[in-house]
Parts: sequence; structure tokens; C-alpha cells
Amino acid sequence: MPETHSPASAPDSLRNAVIRLAGYSQDGIQSIGGFLAQLAGSTAQDVMTYMTIPSTISGGPSIFQVHLGSGKVLHPGDEADTLVAFYQDSYDNHLSSLRDGGICFFDSDQVKELNHDREVIHIGVPFTSAAIEAIGGSAKDRGKNIFVLGMLCAVYKLDRERITEIITRKFGKKNEDILRNAMLAFDAGFAWPVHDINHMPFAPGENKEANRLSSDGNTMLATGLIAGGCRFGAGYPITPWTSIMEMLRSELPKYGGMFIQAEDELAAVAIAIGAAYSGHLAITGSSGPGLSLKTEAIGYACMAEIPLIVVNIQRGGPSTGLPTSVEQSDLMQAIYGSHGDAPRVVLAPRDVEDCFYTAIEACRIAREYSTPVIILSDQAIATRIEAFPEPDLDQHWREPTLDLDERGADFKPYPLDKITRHAAPGSRSSEGKYPVVTGLEHDEWGHPSSNPQNHKAMTAKRREKLVKLANSLPAPDFHGDEQGDILFVGWGSTYGPICEASEQLRRLGHKVGSLHLRHIHPLRNGLGDIFNRYTHIIVPEMNDSGVYGHGQLATLLRSVTCNPAIQSLNKVEGITFRVRELVEGATTILSK
Amino acid sequence: MSTPAEPLTKKQLKADHPTWCPACGDFAVLASFFNVVQKLQIPHEKIVCVAGIGCSSRFPYFVNTHGIHFIHGRALPLATGISLSRPDLHVFVFGGDGDGYSIGGNHLTHAARKNVNLSYVIMDNYVYGLTKNQTSPTTPIGRKSKTDPRGAIDRPINPMTQLVATGATFVARTHAAQVKHMNEMFERAILHPGFAVVETLSECTMFYPGAFDSGNPRKGGEFELVDETTQDLESTDAALKLAEDNSPGKFGVYFEKKLPTKNELEWQWVNDAQAAAPDISGKDLLRKRFASMR
Repeated sequence: MPETHSPASAPDSLRNAVIRLAGYSQDGIQSIGGFLAQLAGSTAQDVMTYMTIPSTISGGPSIFQVHLGSGKVLHPGDEADTLVAFYQDSYDNHLSSLRDGGICFFDSDQVKELNHDREVIHIGVPFTSAAIEAIGGSAKDRGKNIFVLGMLCAVYKLDRERITEIITRKFGKKNEDILRNAMLAFDAGFAWPVHDINHMPFAPGENKEANRLSSDGNTMLATGLIAGGCRFGAGYPITPWTSIMEMLRSELPKYGGMFIQAEDELAAVAIAIGAAYSGHLAITGSSGPGLSLKTEAIGYACMAEIPLIVVNIQRGGPSTGLPTSVEQSDLMQAIYGSHGDAPRVVLAPRDVEDCFYTAIEACRIAREYSTPVIILSDQAIATRIEAFPEPDLDQHWREPTLDLDERGADFKPYPLDKITRHAAPGSRSSEGKYPVVTGLEHDEWGHPSSNPQNHKAMTAKRREKLVKLANSLPAPDFHGDEQGDILFVGWGSTYGPICEASEQLRRLGHKVGSLHLRHIHPLRNGLGDIFNRYTHIIVPEMNDSGVYGHGQLATLLRSVTCNPAIQSLNKVEGITFRVRELVEGATTILSK
Repeated sequence: MSTPAEPLTKKQLKADHPTWCPACGDFAVLASFFNVVQKLQIPHEKIVCVAGIGCSSRFPYFVNTHGIHFIHGRALPLATGISLSRPDLHVFVFGGDGDGYSIGGNHLTHAARKNVNLSYVIMDNYVYGLTKNQTSPTTPIGRKSKTDPRGAIDRPINPMTQLVATGATFVARTHAAQVKHMNEMFERAILHPGFAVVETLSECTMFYPGAFDSGNPRKGGEFELVDETTQDLESTDAALKLAEDNSPGKFGVYFEKKLPTKNELEWQWVNDAQAAAPDISGKDLLRKRFASMR
């Protein structure tokens, strides 16, 4: 960013830009998006990305949308200001996503401009041949993504020095040739004469925090688990969970731990329970169908009171469903998916940054309450990139410990008056009596028991620790008016669009509040009192309204609060809510 | 193997009286386990007994050691998690033919090929006992049960062929009525580094009495041993040849080979990764990771 642009020149500069890159997944459009996101994050601008990936091995149409902004960017953008189209079908399918007056850059080697009546600026640039020429002919069309990055850098007057630094860091590790070719492509794109469109530069960001990071949700979930003290785990590959297991497999050995690739989902959860029983905080994870397969063992972990983290990166369902699309339809499965009464904790992160803190919270709860904790993330958070302040590890780091202290005469694995603290194998017993951890109903010593009073007492023991947790939960994240027309209640990745929609509705004169729940189960006490202060309680969710007309969280909230003003706004298109859809949905509800 | 301060006795190892039916073969397996563990003087607190579901899988309740009674068929992956994350422990897995060869069949293959360090005793009785007489994966063709009133029609698996084919690095067969032989097989399994499995014919006196009489000299059968002077124990082909004999076949060690265990390989990675950056704390390591995201 040129230094001459002080905040005083802000009216002449751009505060927000949504850039949509449309091509095929093998063209490296994700890396252009990633570079732009990293640049924005590191120059105190805000950023949010949105990506669709095909569920094929290689190839297939793919988009990467980057929303860069100088204020707080909460959503990936309803419409694009700039479209970069690599192929004819990318052009044909995405021109409609461009706002009126927006710019479409297209690869003039591949795309024929259509006759259309849209008020958009068309600029043809031969990405393919220009990149080949820049690199020297032999590189096929490999460098065209970096060429486009250079061009965008010039158009938006982005910080060229910083972006070349990021490219060097990324490619410099591989080999000099790759880095040299990348820089040649970048420079050629940067020098391509499109400056005459005289696009406005970005205003300096309002986020002044130093040490801002740019990352995706799965990476932050994995780093949060490490910071929270998880050192052992197991998994089985399934989109979009896989990148977490890949990262933990390569990272955990550095921290003295290990992550095992299991033969199936059932083995993965069993291995993790084995490590947890052995005294470690352990993690397994999956996406929807895999969570179903793990369900029996999760029920065991509830019964045997095993501290265990279970990550579920939700995708479109049911069954194989939409493996690379987003949905929030596993909420009921997460809370109730089991045979028998099997209370467990369910948390949901609201954005990429929150993945880190939710993971830390999950580790704390699993340890303190000796219970499985399910983290419900989703495909949107998992894959998108956001910028946020670096977490303070002095505050959040938790060094793992292995408690092998000798247990005394008073030790019971399942005491009725206390929360279970298992004695890991290896710990001696002063009395010479060793415990059995079990999924059979048991008495305080772990002996199988079908005594009616015992089953009643033990069921209550497992339930009451969640009640205790509910009593200790902090107030949920709240924005806006403390009473009025509308209260939005959301969970997970709908956070950004809900905040933005609620601001827009307030600007229209409505009294609107928004509440975002991280603790899905147990819910914090007193939500009903908050709900009573509003005429309409609207629960936007990316799941179906179901047979009875309400989404999954809405159903839960209605059963907990008995408040008939709770209504659902559902979306099941495999893509996140647009801000506009929420505003229109709320307006319709208000006008009824 | 370190020695505990006080010698470990069988009395210390005994827990609840087993709920098994009178004369069940599993009693002998339990007694043999006490014998061998006492003989080897494994530190009491380092012993972990793991089981899934079934009559024989009640084992952990009858042994006074750390124990975990898990869900049906998943004892092996559970034990894998224990063994890998805690290489200081001695992990024993107990189960039956249904738990091991049927619902948990996939895990058998993978725990074996990965050569996870543990000892696995399969108490094979050719029948589902806990659920009261249904056909199991080892039930012979023609045997009547509640799920095969006209006699079993599915070909039974050959446990020895199956076990050798998994790539297990120690495979043996014994008979619960042959206590000395069973002791010897268990002892060799425990001392074997890696995945050691002992197929133990253990009669269900309630639902399948007499199933293994043909391997019991006291019942008129023949207890034929593997001749280790001629058998190449490191040869898979030789082991598979041996496994071709009709039930009950020969008893003894079919296959025994020292190969790197998954425990060694995984911990080698951990040790190498830590040696590569010996002076950095975990917290600073994560800070370095964050620095690369700036």
C-alpha cells in the first residue's frame, strides 16, 4: 500500500472489494486467493474468503472469493466487485455474480465475450499466453495464477513488496526455478497495461493490531487442540475434516504426541478412547457420515466418562450428500446421536479465529468434566481464510500432564458425589485394587450393576455434571439492541452474515439484537429471559425446516424455552447465507 | 521388564469370581493367565486387560489389574490406542470368535499388519454364547443353532489361515484343556515384541459341549503338536500349509518373526522430531507456526 494514502484520503479510496476468481481447481486459484488473504491480513486489512471445491480428485470448476476490507469483514460478500474468469464456463456461470459497474477480467485466450446487457466493465487479458511468454515458453500454463495475482496487485495498488515477500516464503522453500518463474509471472502481470481503469487503492485498515495471522478454520482448530493440550488422536480421511488429521499427523510428533491413521471411523474413535483411557487428552474427528459411524463409541465415552474431543466438520447430508458443500444439519446427531441417555458437550465455533478458542475450551471442558466434547465446525469455516490477531499463548497454552499418582483407599472410578477422575493404567493402588472402566452400567467401583436405584443414580450423575457446566457458562456473544423487534439467534458459521444483517436492519430503523451460541449443549441458563425481550426470535440455520417447520437449533430452543415466537430461517443450498437473504427473511417475518 | 518391589502373586491378581457357566473353558484361560503373569513378574500397575463384548470379554472384571471393558468388536483399536500412547504398559486383549473374527474382523487385519505391540487371546468356542447359541464365524457347516435351525450353511473361516494372512508376527494355537501348553503359548506371546495372537479353543459347555474333543486326548482325541524342529516359523507359506489341516489341526506356534513394531516406528518419529529441535518449548514451537501465518 503506498504510504501517501493517509486516512485523510479515505473518501478517494476503496474500503471494500469482493474479488471472485473462477476457474478450475488445478489452476491454482486457491493459491491466488490465499496470497491475497495473507496480504490483507498482514497489512491490517480485514479479509474473508469463500471457496468451493469440486469433489473430484483433480479438476472441475472451482471458485475462490476474497472479500478484502478496511473495516471488519464479517461475510464473504454477496456480490463480486471484480470477477476473474479463466475459462468460458467460468465466465458464463459467474458473470451474474458481478455487481453492476463491476469489472470482469477474463482470459482472452480462452473466453469469448458474450453479448449481454449488463453494465459491467470487460477487460480481456491473455492470461495463458502472457504467462507462457513471461516464464519462457516451456512451463505450459502453470504461471497464469501468479500472473493474475500480479495484475490484481497493480489494479488495486496492493503492497507489492509485501506480496513478493509472501510469494518468496511460499515458493522459496521448493526450489529456485519455481520461485524465479513465479516472480517472472508476477512481474509480467504487474506490468500488464490495465492501469488505465484507474481503480482506487485500498484505504489503510482500521485494525491496527500487530501480529495478525491469516489462516483457515481447520488449521486453527488443529492449532487450538495442540495449545489446549491434545497430544494423541486418530482419524480416517473424509472431506472436509481430512486437513485436520493431516496436520496433526505431521505436527504432533514435534510436541511429543502422535496421530494415527486408522482403518476406519470405528477404529479411529476407539484408538482415541484408548489414548484417553491411558491418561492423555485425545482427539478424533470426521465429517457427518463418519460421526454416525463413531456414534456407538461416543455413547461408550459418555457412559464410561472418558475425556475425549470429537471434531465434526459438517458438510451437506444426509448420507454422502454434498461432500464439499456446507450445511449445519448434524446438530441433533451431535447432541442426541446415541442409544440410551448419553449426555455429552457440544460446542460450535463461529469463525476461523474462534476455531482456536473453541478447541481450547473443548479441551478444558473434556478434562474438567471427564466427558466427550463434540466440536461442530463446518465446511465453510474449515476452508475459508480470515485474518485475526495472533492468540496469546501465554494465556491459552496448556501443557499436557500425565497423572500417574498412586490412588489411595478412598479412590473410586465412578464416585456419586464427585466428577469422575480416572486412574490411568500405570498408576499404583495403595490398596492393591485396580479399577475397570466400563460401558456396562456400574456402581461407584466400576462393578457391573443392574440395580434399579444404582442406574437411576448413575444416570443422574452423568447428567448433573452437564447441569453444573451449564451453570458456569459465560453469557453468549451479543450484539445490538437489548430489546425490541427481532433477536437473531445463531450458531456456527452464520455469525458473520447474521451480524451484518442485524446492522442493516438497525439502519432501517428496527430494534435488533443478535445472539451467537458457542455452547450448543448444554445451553447456558437464562436464554428464555433474553428471548422474552423481543417480539420475534429468528434462528437462521443451514438445515431443513423439517416436518414440524423448524430447524434443528430452533427445535431445541423451542423445547427448552417453550417460546412460540421462535421462528426458523432455513437454507439448504450447500452455500452460506447471503446478508440480503437474512434481511429479506427478517423483513418478511416482521411484516406478517 | 522391571521388577516390582513386592513379588506379584496370583492372589493379588484375582478379582470377582467369574460369571461363566460351570466348567467353561475360559476358567482355564484365566488360571493360565494368572500363572504366566506371576511367572514373568510384570509390574502389577503396568498390566492392562482390554476386552470387547462376549462371554470371554468379561475377562477384565475377573482380573485385578487396570482394565477396560469396551464395545463389541473394537477391543483391538482401543488396545492400539493404549499400547501406542503408553509404551510402558503391558497390553492384553481378550475376546471370542464373534468379537474377533466377525464384528471386529477388520480391526484384526489392521492391528496385525501394523504390528502393534500387544498380546491377544481369542477364546474360540465356535458359537455365540452370551446371546445363547447363534451361529458364529467358526461354526462348522451343518451345526444347528438358533439362527441356523437347519444347520449352518456358511463356510466357517479357518482362524489359523486368517491369522497368518493378517501379517501377525506371532501366531499360535492352543487348547484350554491343555494347561501346560497354554501356559507356554501365552508366555511366548507375551515375550514376543509386536502383535502376538493365540487362538485358544475354549469349550462352551452350555451350548457347544464336546466341540474340541477331537483335540483332547482325555476325550479320545489327539493333541498333535507343531514340530518346531522341522517347521520354518518365519515362513508364511509354511504357516499357511500348516493351517490347511482340518479342525482342530495342530497346536503350537505357526508363525513367529521379529519385525519392527508400530510402537517403535511411531516413537522413532516422535524422538526424531523432538531431537530436530531439542531446545524449543511446545509453546514456542506453536509461536513459530503462527509466525509463518503472518
